[in-house]
Parts: sequence; structure tokens; C-alpha cells
Amino acid sequence: MTEPKKLKVATCSLAGCFGCHMSLLDIDEKLFELVKVVEFDRSPITDIKHCGPCDIGIVEGGVCNAENVHVLKEFRRNCRILVAMGACAITGGIPAWRNNVDLWDCFQEVYSYGIGLENGQIPNDPELPLPFDKVHPINEVVRIDYFLPGCPPPADAIWKFLTDLAAGREPKLDYDMLHYD
Amino acid sequence: MTKTFTLDGKVIPFEEGETIMEAAAAAGVYIPHLCHHPEFKPHGSCKLCTVNIGGRLGAACTNRAAEDMAVESETEALNADRRALTQMLFVEGNHVCPSCEKSGNCQLQAVAYHLGMLTPHFTHFYPARDVDASHPDVLLERNRCILCELCVRASRDVDGKNVFGIGGRGIKARLIVNSASGRLADTNLSVTDRAAEVCPTGAIIRKRHGFTVPIGKRLYDHHDIAEVPVAGMERPKRD
Amino acid sequence: MSAQDVCDLPGIVARWHHDPANLVQILREVQDSCGTIPSDTLDRLAKLLDVPRVRIESTASFYAFFHAESHGAYEILFSDNIIDRMAGKEALKQYFCERLWLEPRKLSEDGLVYVDDTADIGLADQAPAMLVNGYAIPSLDKARLDLVAELIRARKPLAEWPPMLFEIPDNLRKPGPLTGEAFAPGAALKAALSRGAETTLAEIDASNLRGRGGAGFKTAVKWASCRKAEGEAHYVVCNADEGEPGTFKDRVLLASHADLVFEGMTVCARVIGARQGLLYLRGEYRNLLEKLKSVLAGRREAGLLGRNILGEQGFDFDIEIHLGAGAYICGEESALIESLEGKPGKPRNRPPFPDRCGYRNQPTVVNNVETFACAAKIAEKGGAWFASLGTPQSAGSKLISISGDCKRPGVYEYPFGVSVRQILIDCGAEDAHAVQVSGPSGTCISFREFDRRIAFEDLATAGAFMVFSRERDMFEVARNFTHFFAHESCGFCTPCRVGTSLLRNIMDKLAAGKGSAYDMNEMKHIMHVLRGTAHCGLGHTAANPVVQTMEKFPDAYEKRLKRLDFEPAFDLDGALQTARLITGRDDEWAHLDND
Ligand SMILES: Cc1cc2nc3c(=O)[nH]c(=O)nc-3n(C[C@H](O)[C@H](O)[C@H](O)COP(=O)(O)O)c2cc1C
Ligand code: SF4
Ligand code: SF4
Ligand code: SF4
Ligand code: FES
Repeated sequence: MTEPKKLKVATCSLAGCFGCHMSLLDIDEKLFELVKVVEFDRSPITDIKHCGPCDIGIVEGGVCNAENVHVLKEFRRNCRILVAMGACAITGGIPAWRNNVDLWDCFQEVYSYGIGLENGQIPNDPELPLPFDKVHPINEVVRIDYFLPGCPPPADAIWKFLTDLAAGREPKLDYDMLHYD
Repeated sequence: MTKTFTLDGKVIPFEEGETIMEAAAAAGVYIPHLCHHPEFKPHGSCKLCTVNIGGRLGAACTNRAAEDMAVESETEALNADRRALTQMLFVEGNHVCPSCEKSGNCQLQAVAYHLGMLTPHFTHFYPARDVDASHPDVLLERNRCILCELCVRASRDVDGKNVFGIGGRGIKARLIVNSASGRLADTNLSVTDRAAEVCPTGAIIRKRHGFTVPIGKRLYDHHDIAEVPVAGMERPKRD
Repeated sequence: MSAQDVCDLPGIVARWHHDPANLVQILREVQDSCGTIPSDTLDRLAKLLDVPRVRIESTASFYAFFHAESHGAYEILFSDNIIDRMAGKEALKQYFCERLWLEPRKLSEDGLVYVDDTADIGLADQAPAMLVNGYAIPSLDKARLDLVAELIRARKPLAEWPPMLFEIPDNLRKPGPLTGEAFAPGAALKAALSRGAETTLAEIDASNLRGRGGAGFKTAVKWASCRKAEGEAHYVVCNADEGEPGTFKDRVLLASHADLVFEGMTVCARVIGARQGLLYLRGEYRNLLEKLKSVLAGRREAGLLGRNILGEQGFDFDIEIHLGAGAYICGEESALIESLEGKPGKPRNRPPFPDRCGYRNQPTVVNNVETFACAAKIAEKGGAWFASLGTPQSAGSKLISISGDCKRPGVYEYPFGVSVRQILIDCGAEDAHAVQVSGPSGTCISFREFDRRIAFEDLATAGAFMVFSRERDMFEVARNFTHFFAHESCGFCTPCRVGTSLLRNIMDKLAAGKGSAYDMNEMKHIMHVLRGTAHCGLGHTAANPVVQTMEKFPDAYEKRLKRLDFEPAFDLDGALQTARLITGRDDEWAHLDND
């Protein structure tokens, strides 16, 4: 019997805290089972910088700046199935708390009045990603196929979700696996 | 002979004047709801309890049960509508469950779980809403208010105080309080008021009581809201 | 200057009998006399009326015409129906603002003028139109706006402005049984009294009269049920809210046939046993108030109102006028009753319906202005006469308010059953491509359907008839209507509160050229939820303009779709603008290609 073709998976973290990725790694010993069916493309665990053609893209974090958009669009272009993982990707999450703070005040706070700053200047370096007025969930920027809520989603939920997808089943979370916090 | 109607084919007895919601609850059948509470006057605003009453859609919490009426509730179509309504409630406010004291005990969240809501779906409004921390014992977090008016009804009808009200209209509707300053501290709300504990979401919460129950032990952590009995939903024993 | 100095609060409250149920009227008078309703006034009203402040604030913050901030000595509100826009309202407004060095929605620097938009003010046949301190000025053009600007600069009090500015012709183009025949005040009442209440009701029944406010409920059934209902008092309420954009026939009835309307109300009072009647007049028709009051005074003098009407012992009835304050939803009968009771206009849970539990929770008949006018005619001339007009299911005549792309806009009275095509010929609309029948909440019909008929069995209508020629963009028509509904949603129920704003935002997204098929499906989805779950007619119909124009004029949408799949919900590059300004950056990475 031939091995079924492995699913190619890419992941990334936009305006998130890597908590979802930690949860992904948290599937522990099942990770070994997982790598039997999937192969990682771009991901914090592979160090590949750009996403190539993939079966599944998993995105953690919302969209808070221009660079996030470039990465997200690259994922959308390359991934057959795009998954929003975690509260931030799905709702903006904690970073979206800044959405009702004036961006100017944010800059002032960070670069001018922040603790330990003297003569702070607002940087204009093109290397720095320019922030949006507001943080947005990723489904407001590209079409998203699946949502995997949680802050972070429990490892079991990620496992169930990925194995369902790998098996060609419509992913379905049990009650205990579905939560928003 | 008691009068009956059917709910998803199940025979439900009812007493004259009872709503579909009341009769269903008394029979142990859950119909999703948010603005309904058995102790208060039916309100009918959240529309989560929308059921099909003989071909016409209507709110179970405000429509009276009638002899031999055929009501449908657990259909895929109705649950899809309810999911959309729940999603609307999420995007019109600012719900950041991971940092909310009510998470795990919140009815909005629990109904969303019950309906299998995976995403708020609609474009977020991210409205600018005020948080009022002026009161010594009670926090008013308007970002989480779903305008169910339970606090309004509780304060008016039970506490006799009229601490809360709704101001504005349309998408700009907002919770207001009974003071010239607009601050909760300047009302006569007391932490022991019914209004201070009736909120289904984390919009009105007792200070210094957040996050006391560990994750895993909270009301809806392992139990679907349909299975968690709400005090007062059973019909008082008749005889 | 505090409100106390200019506005006699105790006097106003006393004039309204210290009754919190009259709160909307009290607030209106406060607003009228001091230009704002400041926060301290709410506190003083709470004390004077002995109700919680929060209730006063609820009401004060609900109505569009009430505001806490000053709008200066002259508040100018441009009517913003699509018809006004087609008649050049946007450019005229801009012209006006430039003349006075103003920005819309910002009080002028000298604190003198404030300019904003408002929902249709019932002058679509004389568009564009505006309200100055609540008083309507029709047929705006540059010359008239120049004059207004001059008067404002000279700080002339409104009372001294040339009356010709405020003249509003009826534009009655086609008279009929209601509008074309002279009516002798008292004629219907005399007939009703000699017939007796029961027989009069039988005549109304025989006439087959159905409500003219839109729903077409049979009037005799409503009256009979109210008559039977027990209560401490019975009430007659005339719905003159006429808020449906493009409708203005009730304005004409009230301006020139008020006796007929009041007489119909009095006949109704006789039938149901009411002692009090209320006319709920939309705030936009403020200019009619004095005239209507004098008609009422005249009727009292003639013994047609007051005690022992026409000498009939014990037949006491009088009518009070309440003004609305900028809320379309108050045309919905139960929201109207809430408003009459001093509350925000939010529709009640029904049943019970007003005929059993209405004003002050007593049996109440609510009818449209035109319905009462018909009732008076029926009382005078008999049910059989009325039933012989129109079609078997739609008896009598119907007033149609015609506006838009036609040569002769105005009010037309037709027997029911008239075809759209006939109406278009009569009003000179050779070029018509689409007609919005019965306003945004009604039906949009395309040129393919012009043989349809105005009748309850085909095109039911509350009277609006807005004509659009081939050049008009039906997408913009629908977009204007979604703005209207989002603005007018009362906010009570989830689907309409949120759904109407979602719809408006998506239509704006499409208008900006950033739509996709995804957005189209999203709108259909929202429409489905609104139709099924909304609390009242506003929500049920709020998506109609979008859905109907999508179906009948798909090109208007398709040409706007940027791509078929998906477009971001917001303007990516635009959302970087603030950061660009702050950092002073304009490099390649400081921009996002919206493609
Ligand atoms: C949102 C909404 C607005 C309405 N506006 C009006 C109105 O301006 N005038 C009116 O007569 N009826 C209006 N109606 C209909 C009234 O609720 C009610 O049916 C009518 O006044 C009854 O009178 P009729 O039987 O004489 O038509 C409206 C209904 C809805 C749902
Ligand atoms: S109120 Fe409920 S839904 Fe809203 S943030 Fe808190 S837990 Fe989440
Ligand atoms: S504060 Fe809570 S109880 Fe009050 S209206 Fe908002 S959600 Fe309902
Ligand atoms: S449908 Fe709209 S107008 Fe009607 S009750 Fe609901 S929110 Fe108010
Ligand atoms: S529970 Fe019935 S409408 Fe809210």
C-alpha cells in the first residue's frame, strides 16, 4: 500500500502572540502522528520565508499593518484552504483593543512619552511596517475557508481540525473544543 | 383536559396566557434566547427565540401558545438565522472574550457555542463605547452590552429604581444611566440590586469578583446552555 | 445663556397638564423656544414631571429633531430623498454652504447656522426642499438659497422672512371624489347621527373601505373590534406621520381638506364611543400646525367638536394635535402610540393590537389621514356609492403622490385599478424606466411591469410613486434607501438595528467600486434574516430596495463589482493614511495596492 500524499501546510503569525502556535506544538506526541500526514512549508517551525503552493494555510493573528496584508495575501494566493486560527485572526482579539484609541496617541505613547524615552522621535524608516487605523480580523482582508476559534484553540481542537481536513471530512469541533477564550 | 400544542412534533402542555417560551421551558425544552428571563416581562428584542409558528416566524418569548398550534424550533434554517443574529450581536459591540471576566459564564457566548458559531462573520463595527468604572462595586462595560434591557427591566420592575435605560436609536442605541453626570456612581444602584446581577453578558459585573472560577469549572465550560437549568424557568407546581 | 433664561419650562409643562405622557410635545416646545434641549433641562423636567431622568433622556435622545448641542439661530436641514438628489440637492447644499462659509454638521463659527440632511420631508413634488427651524421651504434653486443666505446674514428672525419662501402649492393635478368635490363641514356627521352609530358602521362595512396607510386592513373590522372592546376610554388616532419617502398626499389633504379628515375622525368617535381624538402630525409638517388648529377652533365654534356635538346629548369629542420629532418609525401604529405616550417610538409587541390595547392601554382606532377622509365621504354619501368605485377588492379612490422624472409631479386621485402606464402618461413621464411604488418599503417595478395596476390585489400602495428615467442609476436609488432605513431603524431588535447598518455599509462599499459577488451574497443573506426575524414592518422591508433592484436591474450592480470573488471589507490603502501623516512616509511600503 502506498503512503497517501502528505498535506502541505504553511502557518504564520500576524498580529498575534504566538500563543496559537504554542498550542499547535502542544499537540505533543500527536505531532509525530501529524507529521506522518502533513508536511510543513513556511512556518515558524521551519524557517521557510515565503509560502509556496500549499494545501492548507493556517493564520494566527489579525491584520494590524501593511506587512500583515502582504503575508496574508501570499497565503491566500498559495493555499488551497485558508484557516483563521484563534481569537485574534477571527475577531481582531486583544490587539483590537487599540481600535478606539487614536493612532496618533498610540504613536505618541510608544515613541514620545514611553517610559525610558528621551527626545523620542516617531520613526519614518521604510523597513517598519506601517500600522492601520484599526486592527482587523483576517476575513476582512481575504476570503477565509475555515475558522478555528479559541485563545488559543485547544491542542485537541487543532488536532481534530487538521485530521478531519486531512481525512477529507468537514471539520467538526466537539462542545469542549469550542471556546472563544 | 390541559391544552397542548406541538413543538418540533413533541406535545407541550400549556396554561392559558403562557407564551411558547414559558410552556417549552416548563416542559424542559430549550429554545435559544437572550433577552428573555422568566422573572421579567417579555421583551422580544433579541429575536434569538424566533420559531416557526404554523408557517409564520415569530418570537417564542412574546407569542402566546395556542391550542393545537404547530411550532418548529430546532430546524437547520432557524438555527442558521439565530447564528446570524448572534453574529450581529458580536460585531456590533466589542467582545474580547479572552479578556472578559464573564467568559465561561456568559450567555451570549454560550448561545454562540450552542449554535456552533465559529466566527462573528460580519464586518466588525468596532464602535467607540464608554466603560464606566465610577461605581465602587459595579463595573459597566458598554462594549459588551447587547441591549437586551434585562437590567432596565430589573431596575424598574424589581428594584423600583430606574437606574438603566436605552438612549439613542438604531445602531447608535446605547445603555444610559439615571444620573445627570451619566456616571453609574451618581445613581442609586446598589450591588445587591437585581439589576446588578441580571446581565447575561459581561456588561454589568461585580468588581473584585472577576476570574474567580478557574477555567474548566465555569458554568458553560462543559455544559451546553441548553442543558444548564435556569432558576425560575420551570413552571411553578400547579394544583 | 442657560435654557432657563429663554424657555419657560414650568409654563410648557403646565400647558401639557404635567403629564409625562406628553413628554414628546414638551420636549418639542423646549427645543422650539430655546433651540436645544440641554442636559440641565432634562433634570428639571424630571423634577417637574416627577419621572426618572433616564426616561426623559431615552425620549430626548431618540428623536432626530431633538439635540443637546446648539444648532445656532438657524438650523437648515436639506431633505435627502433620492428625488431631492436627482433635483440637484447635493450641489445646491454645497453652494449654500460655500456662500455662508459653512461645513455641514458643524455649527458656523459665529454660532449662527447649522446645516445637515434630514429624511424626506414630504415635498418630493417640489424637490429639492429643506427645513429652516422646522419650517419647510420647497423648490430650492440658487436664487432662493441666495435669498435665504442673505436673510441669515442679516439675522432676520424667521417670522420676518418673505412668506413666499414658505408657500407650498398643493399641486393637485387630478381631483377625485375626496379632493375634487366641495365638502360642507358637518354634512357627514349629520348623516351619521341620523343613521346612528351601528348603521354608520354598517355603511363603512358596505363601502369595503380598506386602510390607506399601506397595510390595507379593512376599516370596518378595526372599528367594530374597537367598538366592542372594553376600556375606561376609547381613542381615535389619526396617523399623519407620512414618513415614507416620496409620499405627500396626506400633506395636501391636511392643507386643503382638513375638515374632511377631522370629520372622519369624529364619525369614528361616534361609532366607537370615543371622547378624545389625536392627530399625530409629523414634525416636518410643522408649518400646517396653526392652520389645523384654526380649523379645529372653527369646528368647535360650529358645534362639530366639543360637547353635545350637533346638539346630540352626550356626544362629546375633541381633537388634540401632537407633533412628531423626526422619526419615520413613529408611523408604525404602535410606535406612534408609544410616541403619543411620551416614549421613544419603538413598536410594541403585538398582539394585543391597538383596537384592544392602544393609547394609554385603551381601545384605540389608528387610521391614516386618507382613510378618515374616505370615512367622512362614506358617512355622507353611503357605502354603496364608495364600493361602486375602484375594483371589487379595492373600493374607492386612491391619492397618489407623484414625483421624480415627470413633467407634472403632484397629487393625483385615481379610482383603484388604474394602470401604472396610465399614470405615467398622465403625469408626463414618457421616459420612465422604473417606478418605486409606495416608497422604499414598497415595490420597485421596471418598465416591463408598467401594465400592473394600483390595487391591493396587485400593487398595494400608501401613495408614493417615484418615477425614474432611463438615465437614473437604480443602484444609487437603492443605496439612498438603505441609508434611510439605517437612519430610521429604532434599534429595538437585533436584525434591524445591526442589519440595516450592515446593508448600508455594503452598499457604500459597492458605491466606492470595491464590491464583489461575496458582498452581493452577503446582502441577500442579511435580507433573509431581516425578513424573517425583524420585529416590525420597517425591518421586514428594509432590504426590499436592494433585493428588488438587484433582481430587476442587475447591470446597475454588476458594473460596480470590482471582481467576482472577494474584496476587503475596508479600504486597505486608505486605512494607512493616518499612519502616513504621522510618520511623514510616502515610500513604496507605506502604500498598499488595493488590487
Ligand atoms: C415603518 C412603518 C411606517 C409606517 N408609516 C405610516 C405612516 O406614515 N402613515 C400611515 O398612515 N401608516 C403608516 N404605517 C402603517 C401603520 O402602522 C398602520 O397600519 C396605519 O396607520 C393604519 O391605518 P389604515 O388602516 O388607515 O391604513 C407604517 C407602518 C410601518 C411598519
Ligand atoms: S460578554 Fe460574553 S461574549 Fe462578550 S466578551 Fe465577554 S464573554 Fe465574550
Ligand atoms: S447591560 Fe447587560 S442587561 Fe443591561 S442591556 Fe446591556 S446586556 Fe442587557
Ligand atoms: S424592525 Fe427595526 S424599526 Fe422595527 S422594531 Fe426592529 S429595530 Fe425597530
Ligand atoms: S428571547 Fe425572545 S426575542 Fe429575545
